Amino acid sequence: MRFVDEFRDPALAKKLLERLNQQATRLPFTAEKPMRIMEVCGGHTHAIFKFGLDKLLPPPLEFIHGPGCPVCVLPMGRIDACCEIAARPDVIFCTFGDALRVPGKQGSLLQARERGADVRVVYSPLDALKLARENPGRQVVFFALGFETTMPVTAVTLQQAKRQRLGNFSVFCQHISLMPTLRSLLQQDDVRIDAFLAPGHVTMITGTAPYRFIHQQFGKPLVVSGFEPLDILQSVLMLVEQVCESGCKTENQYRRVVPEEGNLLAQRAIREVFQLAGSSEWRGLGLIEASAISLTEAYAGFDAERRFTPGTYAVADHPQARCGDVLTGRCKPHQCPLFGTACTPHNAFGALMVSSEGACAAWYQYRHQETPAEVPPGAATRVTE
Amino acid sequence: MCIGIPGQIVALHEQHSDHAWAEVCGLRREVNIALVCGDSREALLGSWVLIHVGFALARLNEQEAQETLAALHAMEELEADVALFLAGER
Amino acid sequence: MTAQTVTMAHGSGGRAMQQMIERMFLQAFDNPWLNEREDGARLSLADFTRQGDRLAFSTDSYVIDPIFFPGGNIGKLAVCGTANDLAVCGAIPTYLSCGFILEEGLPLDDLQSIVSAMAQTAQQAGIAIVTGDTKVVQRGAADKIFINTAGIGAIPTAVKWAASTVQPGDKILVSGTLGDHGATILNLREQLGMDLDVQSDCAVLAPLIAPLRLLPGVHALRDATRGGVNAVLHEFAGASGLGISIEENALPVKPAVRGICELLGLEALNFANEGKLVLAVSARAEQQVLSVLRNHPLGADAVTIGEMTANPQVCLRGALGVSRQLMLPHAEPLPRIC
Repeated sequence: MRFVDEFRDPALAKKLLERLNQQATRLPFTAEKPMRIMEVCGGHTHAIFKFGLDKLLPPPLEFIHGPGCPVCVLPMGRIDACCEIAARPDVIFCTFGDALRVPGKQGSLLQARERGADVRVVYSPLDALKLARENPGRQVVFFALGFETTMPVTAVTLQQAKRQRLGNFSVFCQHISLMPTLRSLLQQDDVRIDAFLAPGHVTMITGTAPYRFIHQQFGKPLVVSGFEPLDILQSVLMLVEQVCESGCKTENQYRRVVPEEGNLLAQRAIREVFQLAGSSEWRGLGLIEASAISLTEAYAGFDAERRFTPGTYAVADHPQARCGDVLTGRCKPHQCPLFGTACTPHNAFGALMVSSEGACAAWYQYRHQETPAEVPPGAATRVTE
Repeated sequence: MCIGIPGQIVALHEQHSDHAWAEVCGLRREVNIALVCGDSREALLGSWVLIHVGFALARLNEQEAQETLAALHAMEELEADVALFLAGER
Repeated sequence: MTAQTVTMAHGSGGRAMQQMIERMFLQAFDNPWLNEREDGARLSLADFTRQGDRLAFSTDSYVIDPIFFPGGNIGKLAVCGTANDLAVCGAIPTYLSCGFILEEGLPLDDLQSIVSAMAQTAQQAGIAIVTGDTKVVQRGAADKIFINTAGIGAIPTAVKWAASTVQPGDKILVSGTLGDHGATILNLREQLGMDLDVQSDCAVLAPLIAPLRLLPGVHALRDATRGGVNAVLHEFAGASGLGISIEENALPVKPAVRGICELLGLEALNFANEGKLVLAVSARAEQQVLSVLRNHPLGADAVTIGEMTANPQVCLRGALGVSRQLMLPHAEPLPRIC
């Protein structure tokens, strides 16, 4: 596969690792107190696990997983609201596949489907739009999730819906912006992050400018990274070299896809359809200012919550579940007492175990039964066996 | 949801100006090109794009891809010197 | 092209049913046992004992959706699947039964296509469909057509294949590319809208397996169906108490199937197959088995993908040399795949 296989070349990976090993000795970090590199995005988490990159890092370096899973950070009560809408007989509820098994208090969308709701998995919001055109007698609702990577996609879909005057189409808006999430993370006292690996696909939309506050205000270096092993390793090397040279800036490793200014057409579409609307509750992070995303007045008619007025559900996590801690890098998935026992992909307590982006799902899929001896150094000891 | 895959635009849609056909590993899928289409859609034919949930969201810069790989290959040569140097030290 | 469909009368035992059975099934399956028109087929024991010392007996039901797909249909699948289960036991698949559950309203032309495919597949494989049954249920009580086939065949005395005989150091081979069937069905079912350059690999594997019966060092065989090669690996590990290490780079995958996996974040190891073998053979027998497999069109892409290990974990060694544990997915990602 072009533009994929070249960036998985094992020989080049080896060279990068040799260089990393060499440079890591110059760092003011050790195996006991390693440099903590937060990779924010679920796509990075999975690539790291799939290729075993965390096992290849030299001891003074450590990956920690961040809240870059749009499904994982949404309050569980939002799923209940979706299920309420989906249960209506006139509704066809469309969702991306990885939201299907996320549990709300009353169960997941999958369980709603088992109880008779018309819930359908779509690959793209345009598929949902097509369903609306083909089913004029039904209400088609699209569960719009994701960071800035997916926002322009929902935006263009709504622009089409408006042009086509589709009265039976609406979106349940659960988009979030990455930046307020990162800012909130950096403001927490007990979270120690030394550097960031920024998600390449969010940045291809936003451009690199929105990240500058991270090095300017918080003094943390950041590299925008692609998703193949060579991308991630090269990005880590760039971070290490920054620290070695006492530099601190925002760099772009993923230049073949990410232009510095991002995608201007996408940004324009986002501005037309979405707006920031006050603060909002996020799992693991509490209340974050200027983080709620809603539709602009011009598109408010497509807001499923206005159309169907579902209830508001406040759902607390299970008291033993450490979802919030995993989301903020305070602990690793296997350190949650419920991991792999009470909480599995088949019976999940939280979205992290079922979302394709979730750190717990990645850990379960790739690392589940490894012995404690293989846990990277620097990780806290297990809370319970 | 971050999953984005490189694909090549192989045909433009006859009726819908916003749509085209992209090929990924021999699979052809219809994609929306509204967000990568500059002035002329024809210019997109043959170019590589990053596809995410049915949309082309970025044009792949082949030059930058070559440069990134070249830099990595160059590092390889440098490493050989460094390895020799370090070996000499032990 | 008739517009006729299956009706409740066809299942009621009366004249309509007799006519359908006569015209469609008996003509297509045409063999001496079926033609006797008795309630059950009567088969010679002596024929079996001439061929071996045990009888393999297997059954499977087929509920695949959609019923027609590139590479075959539910009928062809119903013959291949059960024949393959017999063949991987070491048996010579000889006789099949088949039971149909038909939904009222199923177009007769569709039924004819399915039955013809079954007849053709069986005949090419030297298998006779000797007894069967037809039921019709009301619209909505079944989805178009469900088929059950059961099969028997003798196992030659010398063949002692079993997952429990697998040893550490045994090589794990596959007879060809992974996931073609699953990818084809996924594309159709989920309407992914992809022009796929791939079709279901649905095939009777008996001719590929036959020469293996004479080779020493062949320990166990499975046909990889639902759950993919991954499911078989776990079966081998579970039955033997051993582990397996697979090389990711060695897995043969068609480009289009790889594309679907990359696009959707899935693993070809979990995709269903309907015409592929997974074999555990001694290290000494490896080259000879590969050579025998590759000698047959169905095994042209046969390769070694890994080996059995003493450490009881099923692992995948990735492109960069790091091993990770291979888990079974908690549920079949795609229901009604076979």
